[in-house]
Amino acid sequence: MIEIKKETENNYLNILVNGEADASSSIHLDKAIKEAMEEGHQRILIDCTNLNYISSAGLGVFMSYIEEISEKSIDFILFGLSEKVLKVFGILGLDQLLTIKENKEAAIASFREV
Amino acid sequence: MRSSVTMAVIIWLIATSIRVLEVLSVNSGVDLEISRYLPILLEDLFYVFILVYYRFKIQSIESGNFVDLLWKVFATGLVTTVISLSIRLFYDSIADTMLAENEYLETFLKSVNVALISVFLISTLTVWKKLILYQKSKKLVAYWNVFEIALVASIFFNLTGLTLQEHLIFEILFAVMAIMAIILSANLKWVAYLNFKQKWKSVLIIVLITIYIFYFFTYLYVSPEEAITNFNAIDDLFIIVVFTFLLFYSIFSLLVILFNLPTSSVFEKKMEEAINFQRLSQSIQQGENEDQIFDVLLNSSMNAVYADAGWIEVNLDKDETKILSKHISRENINQVKEHIMTSKNRSVITNPMTSDSDSDRVLVGLKKSNYKSAFIVPLTIQNQVKGFMYLLNEVSDNFNKEMISIINTFAGQASVSVENFRLMGEALLNERYKEELNIAKSVQRALLPKVLDHNSSFSIHAFTEAAAEVGGDYYDTFQLSEHRFAIVVGDVSGKGTSAAFHMSQMKGIFQSLVQLDLSAEEFLTYANTALSKCLERTSFITLTYFIIDTESKTLEFSRAGHCPTLFYNKKKQLAEYYVDKGLGLGIIRNSTYKNFIEVNKMTFAKDDILVLYTDGISEASNAVHDEFGYDRMKSLLQQNAHYDPKMIQKVFISKLYEFCGGKDLDDDYTMLVIKFN
Repeated sequence: MIEIKKETENNYLNILVNGEADASSSIHLDKAIKEAMEEGHQRILIDCTNLNYISSAGLGVFMSYIEEISEKSIDFILFGLSEKVLKVFGILGLDQLLTIKENKEAAIASFREV
Repeated sequence: MRSSVTMAVIIWLIATSIRVLEVLSVNSGVDLEISRYLPILLEDLFYVFILVYYRFKIQSIESGNFVDLLWKVFATGLVTTVISLSIRLFYDSIADTMLAENEYLETFLKSVNVALISVFLISTLTVWKKLILYQKSKKLVAYWNVFEIALVASIFFNLTGLTLQEHLIFEILFAVMAIMAIILSANLKWVAYLNFKQKWKSVLIIVLITIYIFYFFTYLYVSPEEAITNFNAIDDLFIIVVFTFLLFYSIFSLLVILFNLPTSSVFEKKMEEAINFQRLSQSIQQGENEDQIFDVLLNSSMNAVYADAGWIEVNLDKDETKILSKHISRENINQVKEHIMTSKNRSVITNPMTSDSDSDRVLVGLKKSNYKSAFIVPLTIQNQVKGFMYLLNEVSDNFNKEMISIINTFAGQASVSVENFRLMGEALLNERYKEELNIAKSVQRALLPKVLDHNSSFSIHAFTEAAAEVGGDYYDTFQLSEHRFAIVVGDVSGKGTSAAFHMSQMKGIFQSLVQLDLSAEEFLTYANTALSKCLERTSFITLTYFIIDTESKTLEFSRAGHCPTLFYNKKKQLAEYYVDKGLGLGIIRNSTYKNFIEVNKMTFAKDDILVLYTDGISEASNAVHDEFGYDRMKSLLQQNAHYDPKMIQKVFISKLYEFCGGKDLDDDYTMLVIKFN
């Protein structure tokens, strides 16, 4: 089960991903990110503080947006990953392609200058 | 059956002949010494055989066919009457002739008449029995049997020579049996099952039957010359009781039918509703769809409440609404809906089943439109309101409690039928999905190598077990040259049939590229390019590619996003994970992928061990969501490094099962153990 919440703050969109991103629930994650892209947000934060588990399906969702993020020069930052989830990103190598920060402040601080 | 008729006729003939002989003996003065009881006894036996005959004859007729039974009675009566009338006519025509005075003829013809009348009486009695016993209860059957026994016994009462008018005992017996007959006559349930037309037919027939009964009674017991009220001696208990019974039953039936005429339409309507309900509850056949149920629902509901118009609107997915309407146009529908919204005269009937206000029914009185009353019922499917049924009537306050109740029943049943239909569809899909998974499993099994290439310098053992939802684990080997071997272990993202298909693509790519004896870097670069063309948008493959050179005792390997390999160094007696950089295949689908490839070289010595595995093992979780984990694997290898690969694998897997405690596999378990000799 997954719960996705969107918060629009100052100049960025914060997507909170709570629960587990597995084969059945990753559809919702996909939808949320897709909508965020379509709405034209240039700064998107993914709050993974309450993300307990991510399967290859969930990883696939993030992976599929890498190219678009790069093309549109979007600031797409994940933060608050637990040790376990961070390790999964690390083994696959996605940490080399996605920006991962420890917490929200660090994430905001790393926004590119407009 | 036939034999009883034959017997009856024979007996009647004998009885009649005796009567004629009696006349003869009176006229001629000769005493034939025939007991006066004999003819009476024979006539009684005649009755008995006729009773037996009709009992079997009527038994074969279907009991539900009331009008038919009544027709049969009518027909018998008609025949009897015709014969009787023709005899009378005959007598009228020969009046004043010698023949008219002939006593023998008179006796004979009288006997004929009496026989025919008794046939009519008994046949009617048998039919009345069938009608009374249409709805049997134990008590009723017992009661009837008592009456019947009494009747049969009464046949022989005429041997006593007593008459109704003169003897008290006769009167008492008659009264008792008459009362029994009247009580039995209260069983008229069959009337309710006649429809309007049949009721009228029955009325007609019963009136005619009653006329016959009167006619025959007067024939037997009323002298033509005397007043109607002065009966002849009634000496036959059986006959008089039967007359009484038939008469009472006919009159009762007649009254009950007539009184039931105005309400027969209600009964018919109830029957129709029951039939409609059954139609609604029949499960929808293959190839049909939900629309049929809604159609039946709308029609049945409109019939049940005499609605002048109505429609059903159902919300489909994607914000579409489907409308099914009868006797009202689309434009009119919108108009009426508006009126309904603005009408102040509305009462809400809450659904007693749930507290959810969504499923309340609404009764609305309209003033401005041509429809004066409306009833709105929500249609719920799987506990969600999916649509509404609107029923309209031009008369105000048309919908009473009964109607509301029946509509609720219909709507409820329609919901159940639609739900069943959908559940069936889901079940079928599930079955299909299970089939697909089975296919995927057998594909995967077929693609994994049965024989692992190696030489005497190392031993290798592989183990794999697929999860129910196939996980896409893959491993393979290839002998590149005399001393060099390629070994690969990988994991396709996702589950099920798509994972199995991607796995077979990976195998194809491996088997093709490996023949070119590429370096680890080249292999991964080409593999990534090839996979970029065939993987789905969100799919990727993790892989570790090894080249073992047993001559130089070196390993060359690269980890494309796969779980880190576990090494055991015999000298140091330590197991460790090799930490390096890597990126899964199919994530970067262009030429920059090669920037993410890191190639490592290592040497190995005797008794060193390599453990290759997939994340099904490292991430295997138990009931409290703990993972098997890297540390556990590391210590297991260290503790069991002295064993051969097969044994090491067995220990690992048994510990794994122990850890998981019999839980079902979420993901495939795969491990390869290589030990250098």
